[in-house]
Amino acid sequence: MTFQGVQVRKVDGVPRFKAPGAISFIVTVLAITLVVWAISGVGLSAERLSRGLPALGGILGRMFPPDLERLPQILWSLMVTFQMALAGAVLGLILAFTLAVLAADGISPHPLVKHAARSLIALFRTVPDLVWALLFVITVGLGPPAGVLAIMVDKIGFAGRFFAEAMEETDKGPREALSALGATRTGIIFSAIVPMAMPSFIATSLFSLEKAVRGSVILGLVGAGGIGVELKVAFDLFAYSTVATIIICIFLLVLIVEQVSNWVRRKLI
Amino acid sequence: MKRVLHGVDLDIEMSAAVSLIGGNGSGKSTLLRCLVRLIEPTSGSVHLYGQDVGSLRGRALGRLRSRVGFVFQRHNLVPRLAALTNVVHGVQARRHGPRTWLQTLAASDDRDEAYSCLEAVGLGDQALQRVDSLSGGQSQRVAIARMLMQRPDIILADEPDASLDPRTGREVMELLNELTRSRGIPIVIVSHRMEHARRYSDRIVGLSGGRIVLDTPARQSDPEALASFFEEAQQ
Repeated sequence: MTFQGVQVRKVDGVPRFKAPGAISFIVTVLAITLVVWAISGVGLSAERLSRGLPALGGILGRMFPPDLERLPQILWSLMVTFQMALAGAVLGLILAFTLAVLAADGISPHPLVKHAARSLIALFRTVPDLVWALLFVITVGLGPPAGVLAIMVDKIGFAGRFFAEAMEETDKGPREALSALGATRTGIIFSAIVPMAMPSFIATSLFSLEKAVRGSVILGLVGAGGIGVELKVAFDLFAYSTVATIIICIFLLVLIVEQVSNWVRRKLI
Repeated sequence: MKRVLHGVDLDIEMSAAVSLIGGNGSGKSTLLRCLVRLIEPTSGSVHLYGQDVGSLRGRALGRLRSRVGFVFQRHNLVPRLAALTNVVHGVQARRHGPRTWLQTLAASDDRDEAYSCLEAVGLGDQALQRVDSLSGGQSQRVAIARMLMQRPDIILADEPDASLDPRTGREVMELLNELTRSRGIPIVIVSHRMEHARRYSDRIVGLSGGRIVLDTPARQSDPEALASFFEEAQQ
């Protein structure tokens, strides 16, 4: 090995960090203060956590071994949960696409329609799915239909925004070419915009389904059907070994859905 | 707002090949786009087939556009779709609905016609290839096939060779010339190459600063005068 004329220069005099300006300094201090205020405000303390840890250990100890006695009933509820998630997500995605077309810049038929569709999507997105579930439990009664409606509305809010953005970001060239040959708005949407936005649609749809499966578990806690009801009853009865069985089943369902979703994503995008 | 065209008066006969030449920003593409209202003129009027283009709305504008085949600088194809599907889209000039969206849904007659359009541009063997796997020259050929599928009465070509290397660009220009001459379709072509303007057109119209400064039959054009025009235009 030979080195010839090798030079190494050490960088001197270049500061590693720039000294913050007055405004950056004030903003940083304010941000730190805000975080400290939030943590202290909720009463989270090391002392409280250390007191809670043995209790958590006790519950975990009572969870094992998991009780398999109610496994058939739990698997049935898990299937209902999956049905709720799938039905709610698919219905939500279909409506999200329709609303997204009306809300997307440059695609919407009229500015008023665009603003109305955007407002509706924003409303669906900002209200949490648990609140929708409570609302639908009151209006359509306890059980899976309320859960399906809650998931559907939540997915309209979630996917509607992403679908609209995906369509807005598509290349304008093919749209202009079809417009120049006299294609209708519908023709341009389905011939050019949808195919170009398809990878984004697929990614958003699969993520929506994963989110729906996770979300549908919680919805049962407020009476919207599915495995959440089983979980709540088991907690109420302090049947922690049954809780363990339910949690393991939920974990496996979410894992399977995520794996299948990843596989589909790899194949289609 | 910058004024691109300054009171241009121009009559184009519907039987010939006309080249619009000029430097960057001279208004060539703008003039072409005004013809099908891809750009709205701020004043003045454009008449095509006896119709005031500016007064047309909705379906009437769509019907007029369907008679005009437009070839863009970039191919403007839908990248994830097959070449055949992109050509089938050309049928939307005269028919609408789901059967015009994908080649798999298309009526047999439309599918056959789209395939023969692809064959006319030498890409019959690439019909089911996704267009994002084709070269720039092949993509521009697919765009020309889509335009043929439209069965246009006139073709407007906005520097169709601009995004291609010189050899591929020449091939595309040859193809357009052959197709328009053999089918008797008039063409207005924006070009930035003097040799293309002289070889492929009957009339040459030169624009500079949004005004017509040259209008001459191609055969009688003085090569030296044209060369100096191009030289000035490029400065």
